[in-house]
Amino acid sequence: MSVDMNMNILIVDDYKTMLRIIRNLLKQLGFNNVDEATDGSMALQKLRDKDYGLVISDWNMEPMTGIQLLREVRADSKLKGMPFIMITAESKTENVVAAKEAGVNNYIVKPFNAATLKTKLSSVLGQF
Amino acid sequence: MTIAVPPELVARLSALRSRGQTYSRDEIAEIVTDLLSTLEGDLSNVNLKLYSELEDLAQYILSAKQEIAALLPDEITTQHLPTATDELDAIVGATEEATNGILQAVEVIDSLTSEMDPATAEKITEAVTQVFEACNFQDITGQRITKVVKALKHIEQKVEALVAAFGDEIQKYRALHPDRQQVGAAEDKSSDAALLNGPQMPDDAAKQAEIDALLASFD
Repeated sequence: MSVDMNMNILIVDDYKTMLRIIRNLLKQLGFNNVDEATDGSMALQKLRDKDYGLVISDWNMEPMTGIQLLREVRADSKLKGMPFIMITAESKTENVVAAKEAGVNNYIVKPFNAATLKTKLSSVLGQF
Repeated sequence: MTIAVPPELVARLSALRSRGQTYSRDEIAEIVTDLLSTLEGDLSNVNLKLYSELEDLAQYILSAKQEIAALLPDEITTQHLPTATDELDAIVGATEEATNGILQAVEVIDSLTSEMDPATAEKITEAVTQVFEACNFQDITGQRITKVVKALKHIEQKVEALVAAFGDEIQKYRALHPDRQQVGAAEDKSSDAALLNGPQMPDDAAKQAEIDALLASFD
């Protein structure tokens, strides 16, 4: 099954520069429909208001963290199947384990490069 | 330790109580002296040594408190730590602003690749991607600095608790040495070191126009 390059992607990070970097890298990969949120609660609201094909979220945000957002998504009957990639500087084993247990589809450690982002997107969405 | 009060002292206290009137200072002093003399007989050598050790310890603690108070530890929470956290916050703000400037410029370059020949466009896109990747640093440094700020705030809380534990010891020291800070400041101002302030906080920094106006005022 081919990847829908027109899908809506929601990126979540409390650093505006990081949102800008991810947006630009996604654009270079061919994904142009990208929305932004600066914490989990804002992201959750957007996810409930619009159809998205992927969430790429930071972990360390306030008031709602990325892991809390992930748990909320998995607990929501309409959103529970949403592909979810965590992209964070939290690189301890316990973090990865917690994210996996919460249902994350893939995990990118900051700082990251474009090749890693493409590999992880392909892993979650399929080759594009 | 139990204290056996002599019967004659008990009788004397009862007699005084039955008088139901006020007592002179001499009468009270006499009774207290008599009572203390009864206490001495009950103190063992071990107790006396213990009291002596406790007295020495109390003196040592008092001396240490005075020495620490002389360091004016409250300045750490009122001046040094707030300044440090403000400087670190300014670093985060400045790097964020600079990174956004870089990203904005690179986005413009990236948008021009459609007007270039394919080979050139590919090379430019590759370089632009590297710039995007390199700009990751701002997020990472920002998070690291935030951790340092949290650590400083933790230290601040501990020092505040220490200062509170000192009670008025520090204020007493200040009262006894009112010119201590002023003396230090005067020494600094008389040297070139006073001119090494480093970058100013954004709100405090003079704008180029203000500098120009100041320079012009000398003409």
